[in-house]
Formats: sequence, C-alpha cells, structure tokens
Amino acid sequence: MAYVAIADQGQELHDPQSFITKYIWSQDHKVIAIQYSITAIAVGLVALVLSGMMRLQLGFPNSFSFIDPQSYYQFVTMHGMIMVIYLLTALFLGGFGNYLIPLMCGARDMVFPYMNMMSYWIYLVSVLVLMASFFVPGGPTGAGWTLYPPQAILPGTPGADGGIVLMLVSLALFIVAFTMGGLNYVTTALQARTRGMTLMRLPLTVWGIVMATILGLLAFPALLVSAIMMLLDRTLGTSFFMPAILSMGNQLDYNGGSPVLFQHLFWFFGHPEVYIVALPAFGIVSDLLSVHARKNIFGYRMMVWAIIAIGGLSFVVWAHHMYVSGMHPYFGFFFATTTLIIAVPTAIKVYNWVLTLWKGNIRLNVPMLFAIGFVFTFINGGLTGLFLGNVVVDLPLSDTYFVVAHFHMVMGVSPILVVFGAIYHWYPKMTGRMLNETLGKIHFWVTFLGTYAIYYPMHYLGFLGLPRRYYALGDTSFIPDSVATLNASITVAALIVGVVQILFIYNLIVSLRKGKPSGGNPWQATTLEWQTPQTPPVHGNWGPTLPVVHRWAYDYSVPGAEEDFVPQNVPRDVVASEAD
Amino acid sequence: MAFAVALILLVIGSVAFHFLSPWWLTPLASNWGAIDFTINLTFWVTGIVFVAVNLFMAYAVIRYRHKDGVRAHYEPENAKLENWLIGITTVGVVAMLAPGLFVWAQFVEVPEDATEFEVVGQQWHWSFRFPGEDGVMGTTDARLMTNENPFGMNPEDPNGQDDVLIFNSEVHLPLDVPVKVLLRAKDVIHNFAVPQFRVKMDMVPGLVSYVWLTPTRSGTFDILCMELCGIAHFTMRGKVVVETQEKFDAWLAGHPTYAEHAAKLPGDPEAGRALYAICSACHGVQGEGNAALNSPKIAGQGAWYMKRQIQYYRSGVRGSHPDDIYGRQMAPMALTLTNEAAIDNVIAYVQTLPDNAPEATVEGDVEHGERIFRVCANCHGHDGMGIQALNAPRQAGMSDWYLVTQLKNFKARIRGSHEKDMYGIQMQLMADILHDDEDINDLVAYVNTL
Repeated sequence: MAYVAIADQGQELHDPQSFITKYIWSQDHKVIAIQYSITAIAVGLVALVLSGMMRLQLGFPNSFSFIDPQSYYQFVTMHGMIMVIYLLTALFLGGFGNYLIPLMCGARDMVFPYMNMMSYWIYLVSVLVLMASFFVPGGPTGAGWTLYPPQAILPGTPGADGGIVLMLVSLALFIVAFTMGGLNYVTTALQARTRGMTLMRLPLTVWGIVMATILGLLAFPALLVSAIMMLLDRTLGTSFFMPAILSMGNQLDYNGGSPVLFQHLFWFFGHPEVYIVALPAFGIVSDLLSVHARKNIFGYRMMVWAIIAIGGLSFVVWAHHMYVSGMHPYFGFFFATTTLIIAVPTAIKVYNWVLTLWKGNIRLNVPMLFAIGFVFTFINGGLTGLFLGNVVVDLPLSDTYFVVAHFHMVMGVSPILVVFGAIYHWYPKMTGRMLNETLGKIHFWVTFLGTYAIYYPMHYLGFLGLPRRYYALGDTSFIPDSVATLNASITVAALIVGVVQILFIYNLIVSLRKGKPSGGNPWQATTLEWQTPQTPPVHGNWGPTLPVVHRWAYDYSVPGAEEDFVPQNVPRDVVASEAD
Repeated sequence: MAFAVALILLVIGSVAFHFLSPWWLTPLASNWGAIDFTINLTFWVTGIVFVAVNLFMAYAVIRYRHKDGVRAHYEPENAKLENWLIGITTVGVVAMLAPGLFVWAQFVEVPEDATEFEVVGQQWHWSFRFPGEDGVMGTTDARLMTNENPFGMNPEDPNGQDDVLIFNSEVHLPLDVPVKVLLRAKDVIHNFAVPQFRVKMDMVPGLVSYVWLTPTRSGTFDILCMELCGIAHFTMRGKVVVETQEKFDAWLAGHPTYAEHAAKLPGDPEAGRALYAICSACHGVQGEGNAALNSPKIAGQGAWYMKRQIQYYRSGVRGSHPDDIYGRQMAPMALTLTNEAAIDNVIAYVQTLPDNAPEATVEGDVEHGERIFRVCANCHGHDGMGIQALNAPRQAGMSDWYLVTQLKNFKARIRGSHEKDMYGIQMQLMADILHDDEDINDLVAYVNTL
C-alpha cells in the first residue's frame, strides 16, 4: 500500500450528535481548547483575587482582619501555583496549543482525539481537587509555591494537614492530564501536517508550543516523582526529603533524607517550566508582530533555532534557583555560565522581534499593542534575569523583592500580555466576531502601564534587601518609612489592574453576540487557520479537501504581489516569492 | 503615536527612577565590595541595552506606523546583521559573567585565617555557637537535641566542652576579622541573611552550609530569615553587633560554655521557699495571682519562661517602658533576687505550687476567638500550654485578664520594644493581627475554653 500521510487519511471523525457530545464530552480540538481556556481563565481569576488580598496586607498592613499570617501564606502559595501551572501552562498548551496546532498544521483534529478529551477532564478534576483544599480543615497549603520540604509537610506551616496532600494529588493529576494532551500536540505537529507543510514552513506559534510541550513532557515527570515522594513522606513516614529533625521541639522519626534533593527535582522541572510558559509566548508574539507589521518575521530560521536552543539549554540551568540553597558552591560556576549563555538565543529573539517592526507597515490595533507591550516588558524582565543568573550578584538579591519583581515581569506580565494579544487576535476565528476595540485599548493601557508601575519599582525594594514572603516588615534598621508609601502605591496599582480585567471578561462575553462580524480573515493573515472554509471552523476544519501548503507562513508585502499578504496555500505559480 | 511616546516616556521614567530612587543597596558593612561592583557593572550593561533596544523599537513604531498605500520592506533574513548581533551580545554576556565568576571564586574559597562560628536556625529563632578556647567546635547530632540540649551537643566530645553557647537571637562579631559562618538548621530550611553583609545562605537540616565575610563597619545590623520557614517566618529576626575585638571578647566571656551549662545545678525549691515570701505578697501564697493587685498567676507557668522574664525585669529589658505601669512595679521586685541561683531556686519553688485553674473574667465571641487562635497555636500549642522549644509560654489556665493586658501592651509597643527583647518583637508583629479590644477579648475567651 502506498504511503499516505496521516493528514490525508480519510479518517472517521467522531461525529457530534447532541449538545452533550458536541460541547461537553467533545473530542473536537477546538471545543476542548475553549473548555481548557475557560477553566484556566476562571481559576486564574481566583488567583488574581488572591494576589489582591496579598497586596492589601502589604500595602496597608493589618488593616483587614480576614488576612492573618495563616491566610496570607495560603494566598501567596495558591496564587503562585495557580498562575504558573493551572493558568499559564494550561492556557498556552491546553488552550492555544489545542486550538492552533491542528489548524496551523492543516490537520482535521489532534491525532488522538479521545485522549485529548480525557486530558481536559482530568485537568478539570485536578483544578477541583486544588480548589477543594480551600474547604478542608486547616485550609490550603501555605508552604509557598515551591513547596519546599521539610516545611511543607510539618506543623507550623498552614495546610500541613490536608492542604498539602490535596496540592500534591492535584499536581499529579495535572501532570497526567498534561501528558495526555502533550503527546497529542507533539504527535500532531510531527505526523499530521498537511501536504507541503514542512517543519521549516510552520508558523513560530506551532514551534513555540510544540517545543514547550516537549519540555513539559521531559520536565513534568521530575515534578511528578517529587510530588509522589513528598506524599509518601507525609503519609507513610518515608524519608526521601526528610533528614533527622525536630518539629515543635519533638524528635521526629525521619532520618537520612535530603531537603536539597527535592529542590533539585523541583527546579529540574521548575526551570523548564519557565520556558514552557515563555516559548509559546515567544512563538505567538512572533506571529502577532509579523501579521500586524505586515512584514515577515525577521530571521525565521534563526528564530526556530533559538527556540530549540533555549529549550535544550533550559534543562541545564535549573540550579540557578539554588545558588543559596546550601548545595556545593562549585555548582555555581557551571550554572551561572549555562544561565548566561541562554541570554544569547533569547537576545536574538528580542532583536528579531524589533527588526520585524523595522521597515514594517505597523498597524497599532489591540493585538499589536499587547505584542509590542510584551517586547518591552520582556526586555525588562530578561535583563534583570542577568542579575539573578550571575551567581555572585544573586547573593544579595536572592529571596528579596527583586526576585518577585523579576519573575513577575518575565513570566507573569510578559506571557499574560501575549495571552491577551492572542485572544484579541484569534477571538474572531473562534467566534466569528471581533472584540470591542475601545474596551480592548482601555484594557491594554491600564494593564500595560499598571503592571509596570507595580513591578518596576519593586526591583528597588529588592536592592534595599526587603525579604520576600514576609507577612509584615515590622521595624528594621535598614528599611526606611518611604517603603510603606511605595508598597501602598504598588497595591493601588495592583488593584486597578485587577479591576480592569473585569472589562476584558465583559468584552469577551458581550462580543459573543454584539461583536462586529469578522469574516474569515479579518487581519489578512497568511497562516492556515485563517483560510478555513467556515468561521468558526466546523468539526474537521477543512471540508472535503485538506489545504495544500506552498510557502512559508510569512509572505507579507511580497514585492509584486497584488495584496500585502499571500496565504500559505496559494500556489507559487500564482505568486512567487524569494523565501521558501 | 501615543504608544511610541508612552514607550519613550517609560524608558526615560525608568532611568530617572533609577537615579532618583531613595531605595538602593544598604551601605556595605563587609568585605564584599566586589559584589556591589558586579551589580553596578551588570546595571550599566543591561541599562544600556534596555535604553537602546526600547528606544529603537519606539522609533520603529513612529517611523513605520501604518500608512495607506505603503508596503513593508521584504527581507526574510540578514545573516550578516544577525551574526553581528550575536557577537555583540556574547561580548556583553562575557563582560558580566567573567567578573561574576571571579568574585564567586573568592566567595567559595574561605581565607585560611578565618575564625569559625556557627549559626543554628530553628522555628523562629536564632542561636549561635563559638568554638571556645581550643578553636575547634564539638560535634553535634540532631538526635541529641532536646530542650536541655538545644544545640544537640555531643557530651562525649572533648572539643565541645569549651564551646560557647548563645541561645538567643543576638550575636556579636569582631571588626575586621574574617569569619566563616557555619550554618545549621534544626527543623526546616532557614536562611541567614544580613543585607549589609550582602552574602546569604540557606540553613538546611541534615547538612552544614557556610558563608564567609569580614565585617568592616561597627554597628548593629538585622539578621533576617530569608527562606520561608512557616507561619512566623516574618518574625524570625536577629541582630548582629559588630564591635572591636576587646568588646567582642568581653561579650563572649559573659556567656557560659557547654561544660558550664551541663554542670549547672537545678534550682532548690526549699531554698526558694524563703525567697518566695516577697513574691507571695502580690502573686499569692500559692502563686494563684491577684487581679486586684495586677499580679498574674504564675503557678504552672514554664520555668524557662519565668526565668527569662525575671532576667528581663532585672536588666531593664522589661518593665522600663514609661507606660508599662505594672511592669515598672515588678522590676524592683525582680532585683531582690540577687543572683542566678536565687532565680533558679525561687522558680523551682513556684514549680511545686498547685496549678489550679483561675476564674474566667473575660467574655467574648469564642468562635471568633478560635479562628484567631489558629495563628497563635503554631507557637503556643493547640492546647495553649506553651511550647518551650518555640520559646512560647503557656496561656491556657493562666490569668485571662493578664493575657488581655499583655496583648494590648504588645500591640501598643509598651512591651517588646526594648532592643534586646527579641521575643517581644516577635510577639508585637503577631499581636498586630488583633485589630481591636473585641478581637483580644474573643481570643482570650477562647483560650479560657482550653
């Protein structure tokens, strides 16, 4: 039998019969993507409220009786874990990955649709388990999102009874869910691309998401085993991470374990996790900049190699989170070097984004504002990474507000700006309607300027030496009173940014019915998802025949072409272009 | 256009903020000027990149914003330009990394003439150990740690006998002498950090980590725990006093060695009985307390806690605040105990008194009080009986009106404000979660139910 690419096989599609099979137990990647996105955004809003509570305490200490030290540390912990794992990871991969990979590759669906469906439902269970921890005696864990043992499982830490157990179980479930989805994303991108869609013609969005998924598939197991091992330490009294110690003055039965081992496992996952969030953002923002600057992404091949290089390097830098962990200091030489090397491919990406704008024809619509806003905040957050990555500079800054400011700028604000840009960009494809532009611009300005007002000054609190994860600062010899004023103003900015997100949610809901009809390709983009016969695309995406790809994803403003964009499925004899 | 202007203003604003900000590295107090140098170098390199790239981007947004009838330039790649950019970036990275690694090598290698001392972290307290005259620290074992042997000293080890043990959160260091700080933890991970020294390191149960430094400026500096270590992490404070060698030697000589600790005789209740006569006038013959005289019940309170309080009264750490009316009455009484043996004896006698529950005088919303107490329970125990290992005294079954007064005093900074009262500072931070008298009454009403 002759070779037939998977994409071309006339596969039986799971055919939706009723409301339930169409929207609830759906195997359509687009429905699953939307399920993932709604769940992630909903749980993200919870985490947003938690951050507001933290900021209330920091800005106006001891003014609110519902924020005592116990709840404060619980808010800190749950905010961090939800944002990193249950919002950003789930939204970028489960949401955008699910929606865009099959469409951008020219496939009818994910390769394993049933497993894809399972992935969402297990993810939902993991979210429910996590949320349940708010309602168990003692509440959720307050061990910090890094969950360092021995602290995480001993009395003296909030939620050491039930909260930590539910957290670990929820993480394990999340990883199961992610693995089911992740195998799909990688397999689909490798095996189900349509005719003509070579790897080097893939949009950078797909490159970013697929590379992030590969990182996830390799990194999450480290978190899974550490979660299981800690669960055993907590419930069965094993001593993986527990040396001979006291708790509350009593000798415990633990012996011989290593708390630092947990940190190695955690950060072996945790550092790639940064790029699991960042690489999809890199990919998506590349496409947004290119589309809305009406110009090809500058240095496409270099961008692909940079994604691969960053992905590879992200596995050999983990211990830069542990410079002051008590590990052997000689590690510092190695990890500082690898960490600063990673700055080179990352800088390449920044240069190429900026050079994409250069000599472009820039349309400053809402997705573009968010995309350029991302480049700005990412430059800031990336550069402060050079402080923390350089081992000796990390000594005074580690565990201070500099760290808080850095990682919020680089993996909080920056990716979330891309998320917003991406939603404004692809919402028309998902719904057939445009989001309201005025509301979008207000949303952008407040979010962009507001987050900068929160995090830029915060770095300076770190230089001063302000420790992070302090419920109250109290009196010290080195913290001036002006810090209280700054903290209050940061809180005000944070609350404004938080409240303005309501506008965004409102826009999402109202535009479903009232939004201006968008047509199939409102941004005049080249990539395949904009070339579907229907908008929103129906189950199976492409109608009777799959599209055939003839060119790369970035033929904008090709000299001699009639329009300033040439979709990927336009044959080369219709419009020729220099690039592949 | 507005957007590009906003970007330019953000760049200018960021640079202006940097130069105008009152918040910057605290004045250095150690030899680690090289770290400050590396930070400044990193600032210059990254600052230039920040300004240059963002201004270039803002210019591009202005220059190439959408115009009808204009097309973007078509240029898929430019290998020459990209290689140049890679080259320049690499140079910048090396310029920051090389000095960084050079300074790190200095940090890793401890000078041979450095003297050693040890910091022990526990929830939520610091203690310190100096090697004594032989210059060698005795071995320790977590399994040997008890309330009586908080350092886990090995009693068999001759090297440990002259080790000087300092079981409170203040340590002194000699000026201009390099020290290697050995770091150890008893329960969870802590982090030894003094912002003015620049260096910090985690203290991990099960291993000994270290930093080294030379204090170069005399003064008193805060020690902060910088690794989340549980609910009272933010109260884990200590002090390091840098002073001349002579003063340091005198300070160290004032602390007992391990052998002296171990050889100390327990208090004699019989000898204490006579001394107690003067106490009984206010605290009652059975130590039951007397609300009319503002004297709390002391029978049943932890001996270690009473001893600390008497010493505090004697040295003016407690009972010296002008608004602490009853504390000021107690201070001269404490001075009637003229030496440590007398203190131990009288406390030993109090330990023999019957522990009868006093009458409850405070009423409040018990349910609300229980919610507040979940924070208190982390140190004082779920039964409110106090936990010596956490330096938290008993509250349940003691005079409830006294508890109210003391919580108000902590909140009003009448108690715990003396610079040597490291436990009082912790309690002040915790008492701040009580917003008003109602909260205090609710809490104490709940404690009465325990």
